[in-house]
Amino acid sequence: MKTSVSLKINGKSYQDDVEPRTLLSDFIRHHAGLKGTHVGCEHGVCGACTVMIDGKTARSCLAFAVQCQDHDITTVESLGTQEELSPLQQGFWEKHGLQCGYCTSGMLMLATELLEHNPTPTRDEIREAISGNLCRCTGYQTIIDSIARAVEIKAGTALEAAE
Amino acid sequence: MKPSPFEYVRATSVADAVKALAAHGDRAKLLAGGQSLIPMMNFRMVAPEVLIDIGNIPGLDEITIGDGSVQIGAGARHNVVMASDVVRQHCPLLADAYSHVAHFTIRNRGTIGGNICHHDPASEVPLVLTLLGASLVLAGPKGNRTVPADTFFLGMMETAIAEDEMLVRIDVPFQPAGEGWSFHEMSVRKGDYAIVCAAVRLTVKDGAFHDVRVGFNGAGTETKRMAGVEQALEGKPATDATIAAAVKVAVDLSDPSDDVQADAAYKRDLLSALGRRALEQARARASN
Ligand SMILES: Cc1cc2nc3c(=O)[nH]c(=O)nc-3n(C[C@H](O)[C@H](O)[C@H](O)COP(=O)(O)OP(=O)(O)OC[C@H]3O[C@@H](n4cnc5c(N)ncnc54)[C@H](O)[C@@H]3O)c2cc1C
Ligand code: FES
Ligand code: FES
Repeated sequence: MKTSVSLKINGKSYQDDVEPRTLLSDFIRHHAGLKGTHVGCEHGVCGACTVMIDGKTARSCLAFAVQCQDHDITTVESLGTQEELSPLQQGFWEKHGLQCGYCTSGMLMLATELLEHNPTPTRDEIREAISGNLCRCTGYQTIIDSIARAVEIKAGTALEAAE
Repeated sequence: MKPSPFEYVRATSVADAVKALAAHGDRAKLLAGGQSLIPMMNFRMVAPEVLIDIGNIPGLDEITIGDGSVQIGAGARHNVVMASDVVRQHCPLLADAYSHVAHFTIRNRGTIGGNICHHDPASEVPLVLTLLGASLVLAGPKGNRTVPADTFFLGMMETAIAEDEMLVRIDVPFQPAGEGWSFHEMSVRKGDYAIVCAAVRLTVKDGAFHDVRVGFNGAGTETKRMAGVEQALEGKPATDATIAAAVKVAVDLSDPSDDVQADAAYKRDLLSALGRRALEQARARASN
């Protein structure tokens, strides 16, 4: 039986009638039409589907859309635009942090959370932060480089703003 | 994969959840962080007809100080328990074991109550709660009852909780000042379930081990604590020789089996290495 679910995603409301078993990942992609969030394994192992629930990263394949009613969802679409990349997206672009791009939105969400908690992480801290997500292409080193680059970009922007 | 259809109920209080459990019987399951239940539903290993969401019950995630114990609400998320000053100060073994539980993102959602009730045999928290002598407070249709961790954890994915009961709180006694403790684990990747983990609590008085509690996951034994190993240490000189002898007892008592992650011989090696590391570290941490 379907029920009405209304979710706030990136500050915007999306309403649809869905079954309670509808995963948050499917609501985001098929009901809200936000295809930036990817789906790999659907059992919590790969991290491709990582979004934020109430400002904290979560696997969207391990939550039901109904569960998230009254909670704030943030997806990769909240970061930057094609014209104006966010520092993290810019870092990934400059340092080849992606090849096929399947894992990228999940990695970006993890990195966003990391930099909120820890604006100047060490390489080991970056490594630890992304350790739960799988990438089949890059070998991870360029992802670490990309996040480190985003830290530099942010610092540069802060310096410019101060000048 | 996608889960089977179910009816969704959002509980607003513990009483509400217990009432819903009574009404739906074995057709229903509680949904906490969903980090173990939803994967199992996605695989269709389980197909509850009703899910009672306890994730929005006010106060179920509180961590407070009780009479000589830290009282942790069943709904407290892993990351919150792990970072709690109260837990780190009074139950450092629990905080330390948490650094091996899953990945940060999973710990954002998963709850201590769900972890305990799920009771994966490789799970860190049930092991340390057993060593810490924790008590589990269960709410049921006839009121609350308290079960010691020793008798709560039964076999693999089995606990003493009845179908119409809900875990509401975990009381963890303070670790006494001067006590030594340690937790060590080996997993394929950091954050994965452990192949073997070892946990230790002890004190050192007049150069001898006392109040020894030692337990393992992955040893293939019936109980988490190993009485034989504890006896091999209790009252004995706090020396490397005693530790070596005790670790040998652990390997002799163990009965691990081959699985996809590791074969039994490797697990025996891990029992020996992790057991020794944990005992040495606990000895170093204990004040004489
Ligand atoms: C990739 C990955 C890696 C993981 N690695 C580890 C690891 O290394 N170590 C580890 O210990 N765990 C690990 N986990 C599991 C994780 O810790 C879960 O959060 C935990 O086991 C379940 O907690 P939950 O709140 O998510 O419970 P849920 O998944 O919501 O529920 C689990 C079970 O407990 C029952 N339940 C929940 N709350 C209560 C309650 N209050 N009273 C009675 N019954 C209740 C539910 O009905 C269900 O049967 C991992 C999970 C994933 C996806
Ligand atoms: S799709 Fe969610 S973790 Fe793989
Ligand atoms: S870029 Fe292809 S999976 Fe990471």
